[in-house]
Amino acid sequence: MGFKENALKRSLWVFHFSGGSCNNCDIELLDCLTPRYDLERFGIELVGSIRHADIIAVTGIVNRQCKPRLEKIYKQASKPVFVVACGACPCTGGIFKNSYHTAGPLDEIIPVDAYIPGCPPKPEAIISAIVKLRNKLE
Amino acid sequence: MSDENKNSKKERTVIPIGPYHPLQEEPEYFQLHVEGEIVKKIEWRTSYNHRGIEKLSQSMSYDQVPYLVERICGICSTSHPLSYVNAVEDLAEIEVPVRAKYIRTIIAELERLHSHLLWVGLAGHFLGFNTVWMWAWKYREPVLEIMEAVTGNRQNYAMMKIGGIRRDIDNEDIPSIKKMLDDLKPKVDLLRGAVMDDPIIHARTKGIGVLTPEDVHNYGALGPTARASGIKDDIRRDYPYAAYDIIDWDVIVEEEGDVFAKAVVRIKEMYESISMIHQCLDALKKENGEIETTVKEIPPGDGIGQAEAPRGEVFHFVRSDGTNRPVRHKVRAPSFCNVPTFEVTTVGETISDAAIILAAVDPCYCCTERMAVINSEGEKSLTGDDLIKMSQQKTERMRKSKKENK
Repeated sequence: MGFKENALKRSLWVFHFSGGSCNNCDIELLDCLTPRYDLERFGIELVGSIRHADIIAVTGIVNRQCKPRLEKIYKQASKPVFVVACGACPCTGGIFKNSYHTAGPLDEIIPVDAYIPGCPPKPEAIISAIVKLRNKLE
Repeated sequence: MSDENKNSKKERTVIPIGPYHPLQEEPEYFQLHVEGEIVKKIEWRTSYNHRGIEKLSQSMSYDQVPYLVERICGICSTSHPLSYVNAVEDLAEIEVPVRAKYIRTIIAELERLHSHLLWVGLAGHFLGFNTVWMWAWKYREPVLEIMEAVTGNRQNYAMMKIGGIRRDIDNEDIPSIKKMLDDLKPKVDLLRGAVMDDPIIHARTKGIGVLTPEDVHNYGALGPTARASGIKDDIRRDYPYAAYDIIDWDVIVEEEGDVFAKAVVRIKEMYESISMIHQCLDALKKENGEIETTVKEIPPGDGIGQAEAPRGEVFHFVRSDGTNRPVRHKVRAPSFCNVPTFEVTTVGETISDAAIILAAVDPCYCCTERMAVINSEGEKSLTGDDLIKMSQQKTERMRKSKKENK
């Protein structure tokens, strides 16, 4: 394990990107940080700048207006960075798959490390994804 | 340099807010034009969240559309399907069984409870009261648990169906729902105390971002935003749907129109919601019967449906040509009317108050993160965190000065 990976193991910081979502996944992500689930115990928190982030959590279908901005944000991120597709929309397109404004599932735009299915995924599912991501580093 | 010269040299700074902000919710883009600390003009641009729902709806059958429209907004995921089924029932003249009406009301009011709790938490966060945020979101969890028990999902309930509802509430479950509501009431009292008795919150929110009744009419503001300005406007009372004309409840109105009044309206509405759910649950015990009527076909024609979402009136228009798909489906959400009121509420206020004024309308908003100030020299830059920090620091200053005065 390299130095960067070792450092990445601790206190994963999350940048949240909403690419045209319905707010549900976004709220469930935020819910993970509130007292019932309290992910902040493990040093996991939402950050305001992509340059500080270890994880990009993408919600929503990523529509055509968001796509160039997502690519830009991905380029700005300091590597290595994990990309998590949170919810049915970024995984497959979900119910909006056939919409004229969908830019395609997330993995056709940027590489994805973890998929969290569900509409919306429960906070438990999000926590489980983060645990799996962390174990992947070992 | 004389004062006059200084003023003429003062340049307008443009602060873009959004479109991406890590905190939560959807992308929206605002531009605040400021002179010094004072906001002079606001512009906004939406469509970062456009998903082409109206077009998609035309490619789906009438029974599939409720699943689509409940994904318009995650927080209003009952109001949109409810409004849509109201429209189709209006079009096809379908009578809904009474038990289904009560259950629709229960789900809609549970949604209002969780949405208002969510708002109180976020408003607390913007003011620097993170305790209120954590409390409100903690006490929101039991509501979501009941939702999960009744509908099978924490969000996106999929309960509405043309002619009735999809799942019945088991009469044996009613005591547990009632117990949750009884447990929730002291928690709402706690939040009411935290918001309404706190001198700092009074200082931060009273007289801030005032929306006059004239402006409510001019901009067509809806829901709690209008009711906080003394306009008694509520779809549940004006055009009753579900069981709102059978049960007993009050429209909450406040006169001041400032941020504080908007908070008070929402907190008082939570009590009304709790009382409404109790009444519906009591009625359910006596009202045993069908939960849906069979719908064979949708005749050609137009239908309109309304529902009072936590943020205001949701309006759906459906046109049918006799086939199994709508030929036109138009949706208007309340934030569409409420967001333009920023033009009058934020102008003349300081930047540190802008965050709470924008949040007070409860738009599907929260773009205060990732902000950059571009001034004439192009040197200074602020992030959205800084904006929240500025807002929180103002509260802190007030708290200190309060202590010193004592």
